[in-house]
Amino acid sequence: MLDGAEGPARQKAMDLLIRYGEALGAESFVDVANIAGVPGSSTLFLQNYYRKHGGGSFEDVFSRFDLDSDETVPFPQVGGNCCHLQGGMDPELWAEQGMSRKAFEHQQQDEAEVSRHGIQVLKTCTPYLAGNMPAFGEHCAWMESSAVVFCNSVVGGRTNTEGRESTSAAMLTGKIPDWGFHREEHRHGTHLIQVDVPVESVMDWGMLGYFIGDAVQENIPVIAGQIGQPDLIRHKHFGAAAASSGGVEMYHVVGITPEAPSLAAALGSKKPQATIHYGPAERRRVYESLNSNGRDANVDYVMLGCPHASIEQIGEAARLLAGKKIRNGSSLWMFTSRAVKSVADLNGYTKTIRDAGGLVMTDTCSAIGRMLPKGTKVVALDSAKQVHYLPAIMGIEAWFGSTEDCIQAALTGRWCGVLK
Amino acid sequence: MSTIAPAKIVLHGRKVVGGCAEGEALVTRETISGWGGIDPMTGTVIETHHELRGVSFKDKVLVFPGAKGSSGWSAAFHLARIANAAPKAMVFNVMTTKIALGAVVMRAPSVTDFDRDPLTVIETGDWVKVDGDLGIVEIIKKAI
Repeated sequence: MLDGAEGPARQKAMDLLIRYGEALGAESFVDVANIAGVPGSSTLFLQNYYRKHGGGSFEDVFSRFDLDSDETVPFPQVGGNCCHLQGGMDPELWAEQGMSRKAFEHQQQDEAEVSRHGIQVLKTCTPYLAGNMPAFGEHCAWMESSAVVFCNSVVGGRTNTEGRESTSAAMLTGKIPDWGFHREEHRHGTHLIQVDVPVESVMDWGMLGYFIGDAVQENIPVIAGQIGQPDLIRHKHFGAAAASSGGVEMYHVVGITPEAPSLAAALGSKKPQATIHYGPAERRRVYESLNSNGRDANVDYVMLGCPHASIEQIGEAARLLAGKKIRNGSSLWMFTSRAVKSVADLNGYTKTIRDAGGLVMTDTCSAIGRMLPKGTKVVALDSAKQVHYLPAIMGIEAWFGSTEDCIQAALTGRWCGVLK
Repeated sequence: MSTIAPAKIVLHGRKVVGGCAEGEALVTRETISGWGGIDPMTGTVIETHHELRGVSFKDKVLVFPGAKGSSGWSAAFHLARIANAAPKAMVFNVMTTKIALGAVVMRAPSVTDFDRDPLTVIETGDWVKVDGDLGIVEIIKKAI
């Protein structure tokens, strides 16, 4: 491929992957056929920049940004099972999100290019809920830290946290550096987390994840102790939080996740580098840290669906909102994938939430799309990951609590969350 | 008054990205998030609890443990390069896919795997020369 025999785009992609592999210290590549990225997407800034530096078309952006090429090359069909992760706006509710028609039309053009080149338009941070579920042991090249940690830990797929440029290059070459989580010896736990306080609720799993990410950074935690059986939602919130406060790309839960049938198996029969305890005091500190951006109890925005909501979560929100009205002047936006929203539509959840004054949106979230309901000063969130990012990105105050706390805040306009 | 020649310290490591660059060091003991952790337009750290919050790494030699957070790390620093707000070079300890790809697309001379921990040697304000190809980092301590 590097000699250009398979075309200039694959040549540029291979050149980039070789530079990347050398930077890592990898010795070879592994074949990948399951690739999740954000190929060719561009903000107004990027389009304007490239218009002045070589051209602003999809192909220009893909060549110059995604492939880090100094020239534009024709973009061929991709190979393998490739999907596009989250995007910048809802395809129907973009005006409510404050987006211009121009930005929407540009987004539609990008999407048509993505589709035309053989990339599935999943438009979500949870591809595993929308049509791309890897198999155990399958080598993948995925972006999106919350999806990566899910792929490695819950499914036993094998991926590093790839970036936009490496996933786009992998879509053309079917190769990624054989490094890190592709290799058996790198998948064993390094730190033992002893949980000394009951962790059952989704909120508690999110807090535990946020604590562990901060405590172990990019290492691999093995969780044991007073934990209940996590379902998909709990894994989703836990992993997303751990990948935000630190760089956790894989975790083991003894007796629960597929590569941790026992503590010894999870640790690769080695001794943990450290044992870290999570008890009532740690739990209290995490809760306070997640609420350190909140001062004003008057909440004007509630954002749910980070990572993108499962159908069960939308059903729960619909039940909590059925027959009620969100306070005048407050907004509730719940984010999910198009695939899951189509089920929510069928089940009547979208209508129930809309009748209460909330909106179910797809493709994006407030942090990714940098969008808030007009005049938002204080937001309530049920996701530790979103608390980590949204106040920093948008300069607003944020409260963290359970989904119920958040929906209560939408109904009353007041934050009344407490750590139970 | 006598002048004392500033002490020069040399660290040896491994090439991540080749090329040479020099500049004033910006040092942090905390890992840095890319997407959502920095403003790529100005090179400023925005993460809420970060010790460098509000500080820009534009044109500095960034000395830090490594990358964390979103998989948008490389794209955020890539964007910083395009906005002329990227660091001139990077010196770091912990290799991850985020920082490897980020360094490559930033085209910033970068070195890791040192014989001594750069965080114990380099302080903000020191003058640092990075030779990515040879994996050599020279430090001239700032005058006290």
